[in-house]
Amino acid sequence: MIDFKIKGANLLIKKSSSLLLGPMSFELVNLSFMILLGQNGAGKTSLLRLLHGLDSPESGSLVWEPKIKVEDQSFVFQSPIILRRNVLENVFYPLILRGVSKSDAISIAKEWLEKIFLIQKAYEPALSLSGGERQRMVIARALISKPKLLFLDEPTVNLDGESKLQIENLLKQALRDGTKIIMATHDLGQAKRLGEHILFLHNGKVVETTSVNSFFSEPQTDEALTFVRGGILR
Amino acid sequence: MSDLFQGFIQALMLIFTIDSDLYAISGRSLQVTMTATLIASVVGIPLGAWLAVSNFRLRNVLIICINALMGLPPVVVGLLVYLFLSKSGPFGVFNLLFTPSAMIIAQVIIILPIIASISHRTIRILWKEYRDFFISLNATRWQIILTLIKDSRRSLITAALAGFGRGIGEVGAIMIVGGNIDHATRVLTTAISLETSRGNFHLAMALGIVLIILSILINFLMHITVKSKYEQIDD
Amino acid sequence: MKKFMIITILILNQYLLPSFCWANDSNFKLAVTTSFHNSGLSDVLIPALEKDIGIIVDLLVVGTGQALKLGSRGDVDAILVHSKKAEEEFVEQGFAPYRREIMYNDFVLIGSKADPSEIKNLNNLKLILETIRSTRSIFISRGDDSGTHKLELSLWRNAGQKPENFLVDWYWEVGAGMGATLNIASESSAYVISDRASWLNFGRKGDLEILFEGDEQLFNQYSYLPISAILYPKIKYKEARSVENWLVSTKARNLIKNYKIMGQNLFFPNPK
Repeated sequence: MIDFKIKGANLLIKKSSSLLLGPMSFELVNLSFMILLGQNGAGKTSLLRLLHGLDSPESGSLVWEPKIKVEDQSFVFQSPIILRRNVLENVFYPLILRGVSKSDAISIAKEWLEKIFLIQKAYEPALSLSGGERQRMVIARALISKPKLLFLDEPTVNLDGESKLQIENLLKQALRDGTKIIMATHDLGQAKRLGEHILFLHNGKVVETTSVNSFFSEPQTDEALTFVRGGILR
Repeated sequence: MSDLFQGFIQALMLIFTIDSDLYAISGRSLQVTMTATLIASVVGIPLGAWLAVSNFRLRNVLIICINALMGLPPVVVGLLVYLFLSKSGPFGVFNLLFTPSAMIIAQVIIILPIIASISHRTIRILWKEYRDFFISLNATRWQIILTLIKDSRRSLITAALAGFGRGIGEVGAIMIVGGNIDHATRVLTTAISLETSRGNFHLAMALGIVLIILSILINFLMHITVKSKYEQIDD
Repeated sequence: MKKFMIITILILNQYLLPSFCWANDSNFKLAVTTSFHNSGLSDVLIPALEKDIGIIVDLLVVGTGQALKLGSRGDVDAILVHSKKAEEEFVEQGFAPYRREIMYNDFVLIGSKADPSEIKNLNNLKLILETIRSTRSIFISRGDDSGTHKLELSLWRNAGQKPENFLVDWYWEVGAGMGATLNIASESSAYVISDRASWLNFGRKGDLEILFEGDEQLFNQYSYLPISAILYPKIKYKEARSVENWLVSTKARNLIKNYKIMGQNLFFPNPK
């Protein structure tokens, strides 16, 4: 079990002169399952991308203690990025990049496909999978390299109940296997089910950081209160 | 119109009586253009891929240049290659003038920009789609290029075929650097040109029809050879 | 499976079909004009020459201008052209040691049966040309600096005309070979000067016919020029000499004399 801290100070993300995020400061400690919670447009995706290193801040600093290498992190995008290959090849791709032999990669990938109930479709084009199947596939792909840290951007939006359940189970298992998770969502129920800590965002700023239980039982801020009660924030 | 019909009949006769001259020049056409296309692809596709994933200051200038070179009139290329390969030219010592090799060189120069440009455009689109994934995996430049080429192979074959099409129908450059020498550097297009200049329109038309048939055949063969069910379903 | 197919196609391409050479210096390169080649005489002379001397001739069929250019750059071993003035300049500039006259053929004036300028019954070339110009009937010129073109220009000049001042509404300079030029004349029912051989061989005469022939000015001298071995040491000057001797030999002269299209003689050997 690795323990690490991420400290962000005065971070600002802009995209062609409009402010997406910040200025914001935070300290993420004792990470296990961190939920970035907020409405659409709150800045969850921007923050996730910033943490993983996909985007750079305009100003401010991000400090990791200790630094976790990019290779030990994985990212699951809101729209899964699917390679134009079959399911098996998609899943073992990260292993091949790291120099794992093809035969080893195939057997490891097949184990994962069994776990996510997609083994029958191993040699089908990945693009032929349904939405839920695609997400399971990319999560398996993200976990196959045993990352220390997994980022997910709204992984179950638009999925039916059955798919949602399967994916949440996958994530719980990953947590048990030692992967720390930072996940963005606007689904209150999901946050309650999976999360241990919450970073609540609104309009590009951190509004409240606390444990899941505290957040839902005693929200400190007006925005949090409105949100928890199902209201809309402007 | 009767010329067209007569030409068609003559084409069939030449093919089915296995006219040796016809097979010789057809074979030569294929050899020259297929070799040129192969070389231009081996150079042009990685070049296009590299340009698609790179980000350096002169990149846009380079892309504009390559696109502009697509419009280079083949006969001008022929003239330039002739001046280089001529005995009075810098590369005269290699004795390449009036050989199929000179024709291949000229065609590579003509075809390369097309293949590089189409490859670049195709791969750039896919790269934009895969980009975040590559960054997330910390993939190396080389790994990125190989992955993109592999996943775009059907479109890249189309790029190569576009180059092939340009080459197989080209006549200006290879006429100058090849010399249209009977039994040595005569190909379908230069033969068509010759027969037209002699007024033998039926024969010219017949050769033209053979050329079209060959071109369709090659396209067909390449497409069934590189069928890929892994690309977009609605491709 | 797929890879196998690709490799098979590539191998077939290279080995079953006629092989090509990577470099070619073994054959004797002779540049001849299109009118000589299209007459069909080269198909008679060259194989005989190859057999008798024991060489292979790479024949490059190009316009006179290009033949002279190729020769001046040492890309061919000898040339056979029909443009005396240009040839003399060529020798003067040192590209060839001399010019050797081989044979001559003649040119004819072609026009449509309708003959809009009504020159059919005129017997004088000067008068004919003057009439065509004054009636502004369409006249097609090769316009490509070829031997034929230069001869045509000299005809106008001998008739006291200035072809460089001719207007494009009746005098068309097409910049093309004899066949293409005849084609345009045929489509436009125009007047044109052509060598007899190309005319006889031409397959789309349409409503065209010979309207005038026989004048001495219409005779066209072919000469053989070996390229200077001093300027270009790699030139096959020995073979060039052999070819020259063969072309003026009795055998060659007979082949030339006896070559006919539709019963008509085309070329007349006249080596000195």
